[in-house]
Amino acid sequence: MATFSTSPVIASGDSHPATSPTLDIRAIVRRHGSVAAVDHVSFQVRRGEFFSILGPSGAGKTSVLRILAGFEEPDDGDVLIDGCSMLGVPPNRRPVNLVFQSYALFPHLTVCENVAFGLKMRRVAAALIDEQVRQVLAMVKLTGKEARKPAQLSGGEQQRVALARALVNKPAVVLLDEPLAALDQQLRQAMQVELKSIQEQAGLTCVCVTHHQEEAMMMSDRIAVMHQGRMWQVGTPREVYENPRTLFVSRFLGVSNELPGRLADAEGDAYFFQPADSELPGFPVPFHLDGSVGRPATWSLRPEHLRISRDRPITEDPVLPGVVEKVFFAGSETKYLIRVGRESRWEARATGARSSTFAPGDPVFLHWALDAGRVFVE
Amino acid sequence: MPSEESSRASAAAQASCRPFWLALPGLLWMTLFFLVPLLLVLAISFASRGTYGGILWEFTWANYLDLLHPLYGKILGQSLWYATLTTAICFVVGFPLAYVIARSPARWQPLWLLLVMLPFWTNFLVRTYAWMIILRQDGLANHLLLALGLISEPLELLYTPAAVVIGLVYGYLPFMVLPLYVAVERLDPALVEAAWDLYASRWAVWTRVVVPLTMPGIVGGCILVFIPSIGSFITPDLLGGARSMMIGNLIQHEYLVVRDWPLGSAVSFVLMAIVMAAVVLYYRQAGGADGSSEGR
Repeated sequence: MATFSTSPVIASGDSHPATSPTLDIRAIVRRHGSVAAVDHVSFQVRRGEFFSILGPSGAGKTSVLRILAGFEEPDDGDVLIDGCSMLGVPPNRRPVNLVFQSYALFPHLTVCENVAFGLKMRRVAAALIDEQVRQVLAMVKLTGKEARKPAQLSGGEQQRVALARALVNKPAVVLLDEPLAALDQQLRQAMQVELKSIQEQAGLTCVCVTHHQEEAMMMSDRIAVMHQGRMWQVGTPREVYENPRTLFVSRFLGVSNELPGRLADAEGDAYFFQPADSELPGFPVPFHLDGSVGRPATWSLRPEHLRISRDRPITEDPVLPGVVEKVFFAGSETKYLIRVGRESRWEARATGARSSTFAPGDPVFLHWALDAGRVFVE
Repeated sequence: MPSEESSRASAAAQASCRPFWLALPGLLWMTLFFLVPLLLVLAISFASRGTYGGILWEFTWANYLDLLHPLYGKILGQSLWYATLTTAICFVVGFPLAYVIARSPARWQPLWLLLVMLPFWTNFLVRTYAWMIILRQDGLANHLLLALGLISEPLELLYTPAAVVIGLVYGYLPFMVLPLYVAVERLDPALVEAAWDLYASRWAVWTRVVVPLTMPGIVGGCILVFIPSIGSFITPDLLGGARSMMIGNLIQHEYLVVRDWPLGSAVSFVLMAIVMAAVVLYYRQAGGADGSSEGR
């Protein structure tokens, strides 16, 4: 079943009310001049949860993180950590630590001194500092590199130092600002797995800001999609991916094969979607919301739900004709770019033996399970 | 491997065709008009004064031994003290100024830097005369203090050590601000935030992160202020009077008033030795602070 919404999640949009949230963000607002960089954002993070704020650059997600860290104060709203308001509390008095996008390792200190910095500032006993630094360095697999300076480390190692420097303080919340953005693709994937396992092993509560949807989906327990200062949807990666509330969320969380058009009259218990492109026939959609019929809408389908066949399939499911335009062989799977109607281009994927079946110019039929498609009314 | 070798080869090729002759005019100039006169002064410092102010070319240590006299020692010590005080005040005043400029919006920075440099557009002598007008008995400073009710009768400001130090700080503050500005500008703001986030107080952020990481600028600024300060002539001459004599005034006095060139030359070389010692000391200090011994 599909649902839709054109309004962002404003306050209490959290589908998982936590019994005792570690972090409770209440309708924070942050204005830069007349523009609201953060516009009434609310969410809660439970202890031990990995929570990602996902959005394009300029969405306001970094502002949210800086407000949590204490570098910026919200113009309105409140930030509670373990039930205590953080308004007016400077960064050095907050039980949170930030892992910077650039790592911000102190270049004049060794790995060991970098990691020990927070403990030293809190005047922890020297013997205890040594012990805790040793433990956390073992956890991030940096044993033996204690005496190095940051400049003598690889990007991946610097990333681990930055992480260790935050973890060693056992903060209530670890804030991650695009933690893996500076790493190359392979290292990034390895670190995603490692970061996640460290987080689970240490029971860390994390708030991670990223523009990388795959990274957010792989690591997070829940994702909040942010755009233009507002939070549009909060949920588990599966919920957000499979039941996006808006077209923006649908597009941002993966490939969205789309057709513009409008909803037509009901027939039985299904509605019809009439594409704007007159070359294409209408097809049934599982959509029932009053007052939407006749209004402009966009129909969307994830590529993994799209099936391709050379001959018209014998099925009850919706079928549309298309023409293969391009074929991208990507090893484990083959991606097809298929023109549908006059100007829509869809992506379909095939794995295994089927992958070499089609060539550019081939006419094909596309079909999908009736309830896989989604309709977003404008 | 082959790429590394080829890059090394190309670096060698670059080194071999580096146009050394471009440096010749400068080298020639420095040799003729700096090195030769300097050696001449060194030679004179080991000669002795003739009866009518001429130079007798007979080797002697007498000029250097004369400088051990307490009177000269006092002037040397005074110069060292004024220069050190000037450097310290310039640092305390200049660092926050440089920090604020370097952290101000990028489009305003050129304007602030221009304002810092603006005094250089006018002759130093003229600016020092201006300070005489400000500091004298019925000058601007006294008028202001009287008007504010802070003092009941005019202070004696001109021709005091304080006037000399004020004049020196005024004259050399830009030399402190500019290298510090460059150092702070290069300091990644995220490092300051990282320290703050890691429980450092504002003071700890300053001493643990900002100062160690801007040490090259601090050393540069201190050297650039200390050297001209200790050898300054115009400022102590015009603002200091007889009591606040510095090495520069002594050299001028020996050369032009007493006409004892050998002694004047010896004083000049002692000044050079002090400056060199100070520079070495500063660099040592900076090297220590930059090393890994910090922290833990």
